Amino acid sequence: MLQILDVDGHVVNEEQLPKLSHEELRAMMRKMVFTRIWDQRAIKLTRQGRLGFYAPVAGQEASMIGSEAATLKEDFLLPSYRDVPQAVWHGWPMYQAFLYSRGHVHGGQMPEGVNVLMPQIIIGAQIVQAAGVALAFKLRRENRVAITYIGDGGTSQGDFYEGINFAGAYQAPAVFIIQNNQFAISVPVHLQTAAETLAQKAAAAGIPSERVDGMDVLAVYSATKRAVERARAGEGPTLIESMTFRFGPHTMSGDDPTRYRSKELEEAWQKRDPLVRFRSYLEGQNLWSQADEEAVIEEAKTAVNEALAKADAQPKMTVPELIDAMFEQLPDDLRAQRAEFVK
Amino acid sequence: MAQMTMIQAVTSALDNELARDSNVLLFGEDVGQSGGVFRATDGLQKKYGDQRVFDTPLAESGIAGLATGLALQGFRPIAEIQFFGFVFEAMDEIAGQAARMRFRSGGRYTSPIVYRAPFGGGVKTPEMHADSLEGLLMQTPGLKVVIPSNPYDAKGLLISAIRDNDPVFFLEHMKLYRSMRVEVPEEAYTLPLGKAAVVRPGKDLTVIAYGAMVHTALKAADQWSKQKGVEAEIIDLRTISPIDIETIVESIKKTHRAVVLQEAQRTAGAGAEIVAQINEHAIYHLEGPVKRITAPDTIYPFAQIEEEWLPSTERVLTGFEAALAL
Ligand SMILES: Cc1ncc(C[n+]2csc(CCOP(=O)(O)OP(=O)(O)O)c2C)c(N)n1
Repeated sequence: MLQILDVDGHVVNEEQLPKLSHEELRAMMRKMVFTRIWDQRAIKLTRQGRLGFYAPVAGQEASMIGSEAATLKEDFLLPSYRDVPQAVWHGWPMYQAFLYSRGHVHGGQMPEGVNVLMPQIIIGAQIVQAAGVALAFKLRRENRVAITYIGDGGTSQGDFYEGINFAGAYQAPAVFIIQNNQFAISVPVHLQTAAETLAQKAAAAGIPSERVDGMDVLAVYSATKRAVERARAGEGPTLIESMTFRFGPHTMSGDDPTRYRSKELEEAWQKRDPLVRFRSYLEGQNLWSQADEEAVIEEAKTAVNEALAKADAQPKMTVPELIDAMFEQLPDDLRAQRAEFVK
Repeated sequence: MAQMTMIQAVTSALDNELARDSNVLLFGEDVGQSGGVFRATDGLQKKYGDQRVFDTPLAESGIAGLATGLALQGFRPIAEIQFFGFVFEAMDEIAGQAARMRFRSGGRYTSPIVYRAPFGGGVKTPEMHADSLEGLLMQTPGLKVVIPSNPYDAKGLLISAIRDNDPVFFLEHMKLYRSMRVEVPEEAYTLPLGKAAVVRPGKDLTVIAYGAMVHTALKAADQWSKQKGVEAEIIDLRTISPIDIETIVESIKKTHRAVVLQEAQRTAGAGAEIVAQINEHAIYHLEGPVKRITAPDTIYPFAQIEEEWLPSTERVLTGFEAALAL
């Protein structure tokens, strides 16, 4: 398992240490802190009924942000329901992510130039689609990469195997990231599979894979960067297994982790908090201060409030709008149904 | 007798049948240790052990295929699809395989399987969790489809489904899970599959509904009666495949007018099939065309506008009025 920083933030693998500028390093920390604050706010807002569906992300910031940071804006991202941070850092306006959570049609309407698909709710569907997106880049000789995410549980789906196999068969430029947060809702990984690692599932598809410490943002970045470069160089897809943990519940729809996770396990993972680790590293390099931390916290709070205000200002969706979203040209029958909803 | 919600009635039915028949197995995503995302299987793994009540890997095709294979060897699997919207993943194993097993083996092998899934709108779920896809299942020869509207029926119908020697899809409307408590016996009892119930007698209009829409129909009918003195007769189908056309025809002979009410989008669903069968069996008893009151032909609008999209009491009443005026 690739690790660059240990839990105390000491470099344990000099060789793999990515060559990032001070600004790039600080930007990664900024995004992680920002995402943690945003997650806390989103949880509260969901409890208050001000947001719709939400899957908490705390604990997975390094895994999410380290991997997204290794891509370019023109690379195409296919997130799952939990991967809202990567989608937003890849260009999806936050207020649209909020609208998406409420089921508003404008939520998934990516602005021009934003290469992101609305988060996938059907587990595994994004994996086969990523193979298609990547093949398109290959066919058009575009120097772009498809990057997609799935959970540990999701790797049991047929679609997962099909997607990585197709990408391998076509040597398509795709990067598949498994965020192994140890549980699929309540089901632990050892009940999902007899495979020792999820990374080893790549062997059957004949593609390379790597397992990384998903609580170490530099390790995730470094492995993803390698995979993205390999894809861009025409060397085909890669599977990455990022070992991580979600600190919170599965979603905000009534999941109670105490039914399936022990306190000891939760505490053991809390000790590997990706923010704590990277902060120690940066502080050791004199690249991060308490003032920096506080500034980001304020910035995040303001950004969330602004995005929420913008989402609230969006007129509520209507049934005719939903009907209009079904076809390029409405069939007569549907036009008649639409009329019933126009007062 | 105990007061039970529909979810408790489901648990009670599963409990009774697991106790009665050691060939009954229960599995699906999160059904074991955690007791299901709605707690439908709460406590059952503890009681019957993880050989009979167990979590599966996350793969619906695998879950349904496992059921087919276990059934081939004489088990009676109850397979949970965590939300009905994920049935697409399992469709080959259900429609393409299990429902054809009796034919493919000339009756040597059968598929005494129950697939259970929560579904239905009005509870603010994310995308693909609320869709009413029962029309897909009705198009599957060899499969029965049951949709209860209350706790008492849920238990009796689920037990019948488990004891049935052919595959049955049992759909549980999420809005009904905890919306009412009624008297339900703790011990096992059965209600016949394929038999509708007249839940409100009336002489002026036959209303055919199932699932949560039965309650919308009842509300609309009571309002109608109070405001206009018009009496709707409401039929709760309970099983939508096969359809109990006899009960429908008997009612139409009396009322001469009918509407079909469904939460699903309009085209090619239960409503369309009911209208077709009325056409075949009762057209000469009708004084007007049979109207469909449904959601429009769109994807299910998760959360934000589901209340507007689902047939409301108001829209249902407008539909009743229209059917009477035709
Ligand atoms: C096809 C499909 N089946 C089931 C579900 C319900 N479901 C949502 S999340 C989840 C568990 C996913 O676990 P994992 O893949 O490990 O990802 P995580 O949520 O932990 O990020 C399940 C079973 C779904 N959304 N889609």
